[in-house]
Amino acid sequence: MIPEIGHFALILALCVAIIQGVVSIAGAQLNVRSWIAIARPAAQAQFVFVLLAFLCLMYAFIKNDFSVQYVATQSNSLLPLVYRISAIWGGHEGSMLLWVLILSVWSLAVAKFSRNLPNDMVARVLGVMGLVSAGFYLFILFTSNPFDRLLPPAVDGRDLNPLLQDPGLIIHPPMLYTGYVGFSVAFAFAIAALLSGRLDAAWARWSRPWTTVAWMFLTIGIALGSAWSYYELGWGGWWFWDPVENASFMPWLMGTALVHSLAVTEKRASFKNWTVLLAIFTFSLSLLGTFLVRSGVLTSVHAFATDPKRGVFILMLLAFTVCTSLILFAWRAPKVGLGGKFQLFSRESLLLVNNVTLVVASLSVLLGTLYPLLLDAMGLGKISVGPPYFDAVFLPVMVPAVFLMVVGPMARWKQASIPDMAQRLKWAGGISVVMAIITPFVMGEWKPLTSFGFAMSFWVLAGVITFVYERLSKDKKPGSAWRKVLALPRSIQGMCVAHLGVSIFIMGVTMVTSYEIEKDMRMEVGDTVTMADYTFRFDGVSTVKGPNYTAQRGQVLVTKGNSVVTTLFPEKRVYTVQTMPMTEAAIDTGLTRDLYVSLGEPVSQGAWSVRIYYKPFVAWIWGGCFIMALGGLLATTDRRYRLFVRKPQEQEKSAGETETAGKLATEEK
Amino acid sequence: MVRYLIPLFVVLILGVFLYRGLHLDPREVPSPFINKPAPDFSLQRLHDMKSTFSNKDMLGKVWLLNVWASWCVACREEHPLLISMARKNMVPIYGLNYKDAPRDAQGWLDQHGDPYVENAVDYKGDVGINYGVYGVPETFLIDKQGVIRHKVIGPLTSSELKNCVMPIVNELNKTEQANVAVITELRKQCSST
Amino acid sequence: MFIDVKIKQTITVLLLLLGLLPHLASAKEAVPLASDTKLEKRVDDITSELRCLVCQNQTIADSHAELAIDLKNQVRGMVAKGQTQDQIVDYMVKRYGDFVRYRPAMKPTTYLLWGGPFILLVLGMVVLILNLKKRKIIIQDSPLSEQETAQLDTLLHADSGAVSGGEGKPS
Repeated sequence: MIPEIGHFALILALCVAIIQGVVSIAGAQLNVRSWIAIARPAAQAQFVFVLLAFLCLMYAFIKNDFSVQYVATQSNSLLPLVYRISAIWGGHEGSMLLWVLILSVWSLAVAKFSRNLPNDMVARVLGVMGLVSAGFYLFILFTSNPFDRLLPPAVDGRDLNPLLQDPGLIIHPPMLYTGYVGFSVAFAFAIAALLSGRLDAAWARWSRPWTTVAWMFLTIGIALGSAWSYYELGWGGWWFWDPVENASFMPWLMGTALVHSLAVTEKRASFKNWTVLLAIFTFSLSLLGTFLVRSGVLTSVHAFATDPKRGVFILMLLAFTVCTSLILFAWRAPKVGLGGKFQLFSRESLLLVNNVTLVVASLSVLLGTLYPLLLDAMGLGKISVGPPYFDAVFLPVMVPAVFLMVVGPMARWKQASIPDMAQRLKWAGGISVVMAIITPFVMGEWKPLTSFGFAMSFWVLAGVITFVYERLSKDKKPGSAWRKVLALPRSIQGMCVAHLGVSIFIMGVTMVTSYEIEKDMRMEVGDTVTMADYTFRFDGVSTVKGPNYTAQRGQVLVTKGNSVVTTLFPEKRVYTVQTMPMTEAAIDTGLTRDLYVSLGEPVSQGAWSVRIYYKPFVAWIWGGCFIMALGGLLATTDRRYRLFVRKPQEQEKSAGETETAGKLATEEK
Repeated sequence: MVRYLIPLFVVLILGVFLYRGLHLDPREVPSPFINKPAPDFSLQRLHDMKSTFSNKDMLGKVWLLNVWASWCVACREEHPLLISMARKNMVPIYGLNYKDAPRDAQGWLDQHGDPYVENAVDYKGDVGINYGVYGVPETFLIDKQGVIRHKVIGPLTSSELKNCVMPIVNELNKTEQANVAVITELRKQCSST
Repeated sequence: MFIDVKIKQTITVLLLLLGLLPHLASAKEAVPLASDTKLEKRVDDITSELRCLVCQNQTIADSHAELAIDLKNQVRGMVAKGQTQDQIVDYMVKRYGDFVRYRPAMKPTTYLLWGGPFILLVLGMVVLILNLKKRKIIIQDSPLSEQETAQLDTLLHADSGAVSGGEGKPS
């Protein structure tokens, strides 16, 4: 009964989404007030229906309803409750339902937090989101219904894949999807601007906070995925350039370009066409990612169970969405004005170079990911493109972006001078070169690539410090330095924090890649291994029973000098239902290093193979990402965007200001 | 105006490739041995461990080398087909018993029937590696000159046999030297590349 | 007296043995799993660029599939015999095709792959610079109209905080 309610709720959501899409947009184009007014309530209704459907599925999981096919394939009565719930998005059908739920939450958010926007604009934005939702409801209802019944019901479920029985499953997909799906808002704003013919700086200002928040979630989602595979898979890697990882990384790169491009468009009303195109492409990459992961076109550990029929449907959805947007773009773009003037060397142009670099990086990842498919489709043989390719190509392409991360914020709008920049950045340049030389010696070994990594990290750090210092010296009011920092506009704080995050990230990657130590040892009870001043003593293995698995648990005592650091318990689990052996590594995380122990196989005479890693600064990789996301959050809370607290008259004035400032076509009020 | 349509064209071209990709199998590894001489081997015979069997013994004949093992579940799918092929004398089938204990292999054949003229024991799997075997079952179609003309990856199906393997076998039997152009044309009917 | 010497000797030997006991009880340093770690490192380096044909999403170095272990042993044997990385990779490619290489070979079909990113970067920069140059010619600074000047006056005298960022000030 409950699954049928859920199914019905989805159908209702589809109907509402269609109405939301068609009526709102038609209303905006034809200027019919009553149709325009439907947008917000429709978004709210849609949310209610999708939430209902989701809760019905959740109920089926909690109650172990194995007459629902999806529950039978994903869950098991022995599965702990928290994983029975997160198993909802452990497979294809359920994760699609999570997708549309999050999309409806974003629509709801737009409906609620857009009081300062003109109604016809909101109608268009919500209309586009409604159409996208409708496309996905159709996909779910026709090819991926999570409420399909299994009759006769299974006695018990097939259990969730042991690799997914982990806190990572609880948080990584929701965060990731929030980001992925969030770019639909930027997309919707772009399409709305094209539909209305009003492509101006105001549009950029409205889009920006939504885009930054989506970007923030995607950053967190990707970082969580990386951290999860690091501790879950047992060999300490954190990025594999796997097609599904790339599928999330490409929209991130392009989204980063978009966030920066919106800055130019908002400030200078320039490059509007380019920004709109970026918004379309970023969301298209999100959709492409969805296609790649679920169609079976590429092999990946992450790929969901595949079905060509689904692949065709998503491809059609993807093609329709992207092609109609690009046709709309080609129609409107020629008529859009060019905006303000700026010199060849200015902050605008440097931001655009950043764009070029990020877009090229994104396209390079796309090229590498799809190249095997391209060659195979043309009958030119079968190749593999793996980490050696991506590492070789990605780093050089990103170097200009990292270098300019320092120069860009210091450059003036409209016109900057190279000698002036060089003078102001002398100190930063000096620091990065000096640290690049001495840090490797401090760590013990000098390698050219390592030195370069340090140079980049310190360059960005010194650049942020220089920038903040200059800003602070311009603030002539009395007070402490900290007060002056807090007085900086939030968007500036956000930028500094985000760039700081990049510096930390680069430091983490450089340290771990250059100085990690790995030892594959044969250990009998009492044996020790020393690594970087730490001593690891193997204290044997015992058998342990978990809720739905049996494990061989090793015990390793870690000491440094005379004091005990920690005791680690690496495990080798065999899950009852899927009988898949799984390694649970034991990690001691620290600010400056991780100690990572993985239990291998039993070898002769009671000894075991044990793999021990010393990973310096590895936590900085994800720490850097979270700090980047924090920067995004700060930027979003800038005063400019907290317009929903302003009164209506002020809103009209602010809209007027933006127009005059940008010197653009007047809006009708 | 036209330059604004460039993104659209690029996307459409990409879309065509992705559509084609839906009909391909990314996991299938095509053999680099097609139209190349079969790697030489000399292994013990399963039925007479004191004597050996070599691919060179088969020169002048068109034959199938079927890689299998008693622990291979998928091999059971194609086994009835192999039995019926042997009974009808369609094409001589020789087995490469891959990473298997001879006793287990013999027991399996006793239980399920033996379609093989002879079986070579590749206990260590070295010959398998030389032939680029990555999963069992796999079947190689070898011509009179000892050149591999086709490889079937996975269990052999009756449709594959009818539409792909037998036409090539019959063509190869007609002449002393294989007519590569004709064989290439015939291989287009095959599902494996 | 002879007995004294004997007793002394026995006690000395016993004491010496006692002294050795801690050494007997203390654990030893574990030995590496591989007998030759330098060789193993080379094997690891080579096999981390080779794709496991069975699991297909792992390198031969990381995979636990039987074929991967067999191939790893093959590689170990070849490295021990002194073969170079190129020779070993060629050996694998001869049997499994280019699919087994995670680092794509440089051949005509992959020129676009390897060259693509750098070509795109150069192309992107060129298009950008050309575009910026063209822009400069197209955009003329147009003065404010009377209505716009009036609006600007009103704005500049409005209450604080009403002036939005972005009229050309660095922020």
